[in-house]
Amino acid sequence: MPDCIIQAHGVTKTYQMGEVQVNALAGVDLCINRGEVVSIMGPSGSGKSTLMNILGCLDHPTEGSYTLDGEEVAHLRDDQLAGIRNRKVGFIFQNFNLLPRQTAIANVELPMRYAGITEGRKERAIEALKLVGLGDRLTHRPAELSGGQQQRVAIARSLVNDPAIIMADEPTGNLDSRSGKEIMELLLKLNSERGTTLIIVTHDSNVSAQTQRVIRLKDGLVEVAA
Amino acid sequence: MNLGQAIIEALESLRSNKLRSGLTILGIVIGVAAVIAMLAVGQGAQDSITGSISGIGTNLLFVFEGNTSFNVSNPKPITISDAEALLDPFQAPSVADVSGAITGQVEVVFGSEQKNTSVVGITPNYQTMRSFDLIEGSFITDDNLYGNASVVVLGNDVVNKLFGRQEGVVGEMVRINGSPFRVIGVLGKKGGGSFGSQDDIVLVPFTTAQSRLIRNTNRDELDVMLVQATSADAVMSASDEVSQILRTRHRTNLGEDDFTVFSQQDFVSTAQSITGVLTIFLGGIAAISLLVGGIGIMNIMLVSVTERTREIGLRKALGARRRDILTQFLTESSLLSMIGGLIGIALGFLIAVIVGRIAQASGTPFTPSVSLNSVLMATIFSTAVGLFFGIYPANRAAGLEPVEALRYE
Repeated sequence: MPDCIIQAHGVTKTYQMGEVQVNALAGVDLCINRGEVVSIMGPSGSGKSTLMNILGCLDHPTEGSYTLDGEEVAHLRDDQLAGIRNRKVGFIFQNFNLLPRQTAIANVELPMRYAGITEGRKERAIEALKLVGLGDRLTHRPAELSGGQQQRVAIARSLVNDPAIIMADEPTGNLDSRSGKEIMELLLKLNSERGTTLIIVTHDSNVSAQTQRVIRLKDGLVEVAA
Repeated sequence: MNLGQAIIEALESLRSNKLRSGLTILGIVIGVAAVIAMLAVGQGAQDSITGSISGIGTNLLFVFEGNTSFNVSNPKPITISDAEALLDPFQAPSVADVSGAITGQVEVVFGSEQKNTSVVGITPNYQTMRSFDLIEGSFITDDNLYGNASVVVLGNDVVNKLFGRQEGVVGEMVRINGSPFRVIGVLGKKGGGSFGSQDDIVLVPFTTAQSRLIRNTNRDELDVMLVQATSADAVMSASDEVSQILRTRHRTNLGEDDFTVFSQQDFVSTAQSITGVLTIFLGGIAAISLLVGGIGIMNIMLVSVTERTREIGLRKALGARRRDILTQFLTESSLLSMIGGLIGIALGFLIAVIVGRIAQASGTPFTPSVSLNSVLMATIFSTAVGLFFGIYPANRAAGLEPVEALRYE
């Protein structure tokens, strides 16, 4: 019996686009093991963004069950989902999504603030920033950082609450190849050192080649699940 | 997320868009300043009017013929003998002094200057009862009264109009309705003017007025009778005693007084109710501008929510609950209105002071007064405006779906 940190059963998602019903996900079964590095690939329109939103607890599935780290989350209310995201999921986005007016430290502190942590927040933020190699850029604002450095801040932010999984949506998509490579190295290093489960949504076969398993989506279904 | 942090963050966000925040705050500033200034002006007007009524004298009752609430058939006039009857210390122990007066309109001429004014025929005790100050000369004496003397004490406005100066007037001759009168005194300025001018009058001995200036059918008749109570506490009992005596003397039916007793307090409350309406009216107009300022806040907050949709999405993705987003936006809108409120109070205070100065300069001494109440009210009200008009935008922000918000371009 594998230790599934993510377990999805018959997950479907249906959007109503005007008159037409769109089945973005048509019944996905999925198990991702604790500590695994998985990439999700698929052509656009295959439903991979929808799947990531559901796996990241940003959205409710229309049907099916979804267990994250032992908790059934498919039918939680919005605020409960917010709590799950806060504690169990770290997000890394293609376009970094940092707060532009805040320093690196303040950006990394954000998830801890919503977790209601008041003590030692700054220290933990600094520690996380050092971990991603930005110990000398603590008080810089996003505009004063390169793309690679901004993505490092985002990584620090994603892991500061010690989540069970990190969801990365095209983490290297907006970066040049050299910093993209560095970011991938950093993510893999964090996985091997801390054992954080890593799910990467990507188009880039260079990226997916570095993961342990590739989940391919087509027309809302898992095509190959090794 | 605690409130201190929310405030710091809101301040940062407001600072990042200084012009927009400034203009929004300006809307509230104008609203609050208008409310404060208008209330202050209203209060000032009230103070000045009540002040001028109190300036008429102390603990006075005014007795007029007739009844204001209903028509009395054949009202008997107030007469000199009525006045004398009120001086009875046994029937009217609360009455300190009584003075009757008759009034009329006359033309006063000096050289080529002329003025139409009110003449009041009085007895010497009128001076103390009305607390008249003389800047020159003396008041009408008993000798003047018994001698039917052609002497006159001029009110301040009259002196200014006729002579263009206030001193060296005693001894001059003026003509009142054609007859020559010698000026024996000049009254100091009483101000007011809101309750009939107390400066646009001339005073002559009662007997002189009766025989030469004012033609009454009944020679005993008084136009108004002034009654002074022994103390402020005795005003009410004096009023009762006066009514009782007059009822007996006029043989009126029960509840059909043919006279009216008015106390200074009655005048004050009448004036207060009038200025109260005025104040509410002014404040109401000002409150509308505060409301407009509030709508300005709502507008800007809505723009800000749309602009920051992605940020809201991100915050939600990172675990912000509905309440966190709500707090964030409500803090921002309340801060906008609170800052506006504070500046508005200062500005309103300034406007009130300037209005006071202008009034002073244009010869109507009146001091707008900013009460602590109106300051408190303005602060609370403006913050409430911010909260209220922030609710809709904040709700909209808090209700955004994280997925949609993150995708928003």
